[in-house]
Amino acid sequence: MGVRVAGPTHRFAAMGEHAIEAVGLHRSYRSRTGWLRPQRREVHAVAGVDLTVGHGELFGLLGPNGAGKTTTIKLLNTLLIPTGGEARICGFDVVRQTREVRRRIGYVFGGDRGLYDRLSARDNLRYFAELYGVPGREQKRRIAELFELVRLTGREDDRVEGYSRGMRQRLHIARGLLHRPRVLFLDEPSIGVDPVAARELRQTVADLAATGTTVLLTTHYMAEADELCGRIAVIAGGRIQALGTPAELRHHADGRRVLEVQAYGVTDGQLAAIRARPGVREVSLAVHGAAQVLGVQSDAGVDVQADVLRELDGVRLGRVTARQPTLEDAYVAIVNRAAEPTPVAGPVPA
Amino acid sequence: MIAVGALLHVKQLSRSPFEIAIALFVPVVQATLAVYLFRAGGEPDRLLEAAVGAGLMGVWSTVLFGSGGAIQNQRWQGTLEMIMLAPRSPALVLLPVTLATGITGTYAMLATLAWGRLLYGIPLDFAHPVAFPVAVAGCIAGLGMFGLLLASSFVLLRHANALANMLEYPIWLVSGMLVPVTALPGWTGPVAAVLPTTWGARAVHEAASGGPVWPALAVCLAISLACLAAGWVLMTYVERRARVTATLALA
Repeated sequence: MGVRVAGPTHRFAAMGEHAIEAVGLHRSYRSRTGWLRPQRREVHAVAGVDLTVGHGELFGLLGPNGAGKTTTIKLLNTLLIPTGGEARICGFDVVRQTREVRRRIGYVFGGDRGLYDRLSARDNLRYFAELYGVPGREQKRRIAELFELVRLTGREDDRVEGYSRGMRQRLHIARGLLHRPRVLFLDEPSIGVDPVAARELRQTVADLAATGTTVLLTTHYMAEADELCGRIAVIAGGRIQALGTPAELRHHADGRRVLEVQAYGVTDGQLAAIRARPGVREVSLAVHGAAQVLGVQSDAGVDVQADVLRELDGVRLGRVTARQPTLEDAYVAIVNRAAEPTPVAGPVPA
Repeated sequence: MIAVGALLHVKQLSRSPFEIAIALFVPVVQATLAVYLFRAGGEPDRLLEAAVGAGLMGVWSTVLFGSGGAIQNQRWQGTLEMIMLAPRSPALVLLPVTLATGITGTYAMLATLAWGRLLYGIPLDFAHPVAFPVAVAGCIAGLGMFGLLLASSFVLLRHANALANMLEYPIWLVSGMLVPVTALPGWTGPVAAVLPTTWGARAVHEAASGGPVWPALAVCLAISLACLAAGWVLMTYVERRARVTATLALA
């Protein structure tokens, strides 16, 4: 079982006290395969999410692919109807008061899609301004203001098909802000964006939060969440596994040390063997270009370096470093714990 | 909102290389087909009727594939979720899309007539030269409204293009766009009578060849308005269903 972080309350706070409130949010999908002997499968994409986000807060929802981040956002922004639980945005129910919710939210997702490529950036914003009911006399000023905010001034009349991914992403943000939403959902906005553009995006998001807009940001870039978010929820397996400030989340890796080994050609068998060594808590393997970076978290009092190097006998090795755990290590620990067959619901740091 | 939306969707549609290629070649093919069909039938004096019929087929194809294709394209490009998320009635959000397909469909009519004139020397002697453009405009507006009803099913189905393919030929055949309704089996009569395309096609044909234009056009618009109302109600239901079944996005 995952950890319910907001408590099992089924009563919402006073109307609109929080920007976002979700209680026991569920969403499952049914699929059918085969004709002669049809097999039905039910997938629980979101399996009981409880969370509250205050007005003006920049809140991060962090998790691996398929953890339920996008589904949670789509349940909160009315694109999907939950199969269980309830959610409110600024006090309005996402199922029954859809239009009220939609007036107050903006939604921006990452990637190349979501814009009319053959129209200019200005035409895109003009159309969405009409859709979102921005008064005609205000549209011109608002659109110019937003081009300024997302640093696209001078490129307004270019067709979107000629935009770089970073520029599209900034245009997306401008589109999401046209009607001055009180809550902005940002679903992996920096995916596929180069580091410079990602930094500009982060600056734009930080500026927004500074103006009092509530932002719910999903990402799987730990550094991004660490830099921007006041609080972070780690979601895995459709449940929130941990929630707190970045400093609080780091406690999930307390009492551990991390050994990092740069290697070339580590096999699954070797990984399993390292995982089985006494004192080893987590093992991760990331690929950076041609090299692999093996991360081994162990109990702080156990030096596993000799054991790990012995298991890697025959593998070409690069740099070997030992360090204190970071937020990313805490995240890996939380996600791996959630993936275990019988996960233990541990206490969540306050 | 409807006017700006329709204008921008026309802009988006008319800049697609695929749409441009289709718009260039399909009218030639349809004009040729119609002309040879009527010549083979020993009715060379009815070539204008043939060209108008071919033009109507083009308008219908544009509206049908425009409505289905536009919804499907928007699903592909991720804008369907974005527009459905607007705090408006879902029908109001999609009406500009279907109207835009009707407006681009006007080109099919004009191009077919132009090709008919250029390639086959068909004289454009309309019996009611004033009523003809009015009938075409009314027919296109009617088809745009009918398109909304179709669009509601396209929103619900991930494979909207399959439904569009299935509807193209039966509808233009039953509606008497090229072949008179009277030449078809009797059982098609009631089906034809409730389709706005039948009455729109009749109004346009009568404006071209002579006959009472306005009653047919009035029936076309009345049925189309009923389709608009049905589409409006259905779209609200469909939008909710799409949120339940998660079909607004590709995955």
